Amino acid sequence: MIALLRRDMAVATRAGGGFGLGLAFFLVVVVLVPLSVGPDTAVLSRIAPGILWLGALLACLLSLDRIFALDFEDGSLDLLATAPLPLEGAVAVKAFAHWLTTGLPLTLMAPVLGVLLNLPVPGYRWLLASLLLGTSALSVIGAFGAALTVGLRRGGLLLSLLVLPLYVPTLIFGAEVARRGAEGMPVATPLALLAGISLGCAALMPFAAAAALRVNLR
Amino acid sequence: MMPELGKYAVEVISAYVVSVALLGGIVWASLREGARVRRELRSVEARRDRADG
Amino acid sequence: MQHKDSVPISRRMSLWEYANPKKFMQVSGAALPWVGGLAALCLAVGLIWGFFFTPDDFRQGSTVKIIYIHVPAALMGINAWLMMLVTSLIWLVRRHHVSALAAKAAAPVGLVMTVIALATGAIWGQPMWGTWWAWDPRLTSFLILGLFYLGYIALWAAIDNPDTAADLTSVLCLVGSVFALLSRYAVLFWNQGLHQGASLTVTQDNPISDIYYWPLITSISGFVLLFLTLVLVRTRTEIRRRRLQALLNRERMA
Repeated sequence: MIALLRRDMAVATRAGGGFGLGLAFFLVVVVLVPLSVGPDTAVLSRIAPGILWLGALLACLLSLDRIFALDFEDGSLDLLATAPLPLEGAVAVKAFAHWLTTGLPLTLMAPVLGVLLNLPVPGYRWLLASLLLGTSALSVIGAFGAALTVGLRRGGLLLSLLVLPLYVPTLIFGAEVARRGAEGMPVATPLALLAGISLGCAALMPFAAAAALRVNLR
Repeated sequence: MMPELGKYAVEVISAYVVSVALLGGIVWASLREGARVRRELRSVEARRDRADG
Repeated sequence: MQHKDSVPISRRMSLWEYANPKKFMQVSGAALPWVGGLAALCLAVGLIWGFFFTPDDFRQGSTVKIIYIHVPAALMGINAWLMMLVTSLIWLVRRHHVSALAAKAAAPVGLVMTVIALATGAIWGQPMWGTWWAWDPRLTSFLILGLFYLGYIALWAAIDNPDTAADLTSVLCLVGSVFALLSRYAVLFWNQGLHQGASLTVTQDNPISDIYYWPLITSISGFVLLFLTLVLVRTRTEIRRRRLQALLNRERMA
């Protein structure tokens, strides 16, 4: 398991692995927002939590097809499926590797971008917390979507169409935590619900993803 | 004949028109696709029967 | 297909008999004119009754007539997904091809129902709430349901191998159902912060009186029967398409 994690991390971070692309995309989206809605700081600070969440979500979406695509092409996914490690476990590890290389850096970058959008000071803590929790759910749900579309030639667009509706609950609760945090309101309820979604996804989605992978490897 | 729809006539009538058009669309599409597949299947089956006989 | 003969006699007449494509084609072919005719009758009666012969509501005026389309379409939009969920489960557990094909056949019909519900809702909303679209929890969840339909249909269209497509879409339907339900509650939670108690639909506020009730029931039966008719027609098409493909493949082999 550790070896698989190491290998996935190495693949993602090496040149051409697309490691920095998601972060750059996040930056560009956040820069484009003031250009499109105007430089009014009051407006920007109101929409900042939502924009940061949406930007992180879209950036996360970009790298989803890489979770399984490379391994599918070179056949190592077949090896994984027959390995002693259950496929569910392998999926979970690969989703975790995706989170480490995408969700975690995005989370750490979000406060920096928050400055650009005049995010109110009490918001930073909750933005970090909600993204830290929520991006893990995004990675696992995304792994399911990637497993569904792994054998398809033009799967990228379809993957987005399949995964985005599944992201709705996570986005709602996550952005709600960040918004309430920024407005100084109590965040306990949405935070608990977000944590519930993340834990539930982490526990159950690997099974769905592994089932889809088995069908695709048949 | 037409019922008195009052000031909301446009809304009510457009709601009915839109819905009937959409329903008609899916019915028409289903029937057309059904007829097309049936025709093709019949021609292929006829071809096969000729080949067998 | 092969295991049919090994089924014990006592279970011969069970519901699963209809899962045999040949049997299904026979039965559905015989039933189709009746179901279709009844659907047309109920729809015509319900809608004409509703449109021409019901009084205006004292508060909503004549817009109340939209209810005869809006409510049945919304009901079928949800029930079509539930039917797809059930047939997907049957496919995953018992591997009946008809079941998977019925789910595939139902999806576009469900999507159309959802679109009708949204469109009539928007047209109704304009005079009643003063806006075409409000991010009311109910509207929002319906929009999200529509997105799930789109994804499901797109996945069917994208995969060439029919059995792979049936498996993957079934899994998507299961997972999607869970997330659609989660979204429903998430959306309820999300909008409470904006405007309190946005209970904007008629059915919730005031129970409908008899004058509106019976045409509504007729119209709902019409929509249910229409849905059934369309699913039967489309499932038959899918079965024929499958057979066509098999014959073509055999020809190519020969």
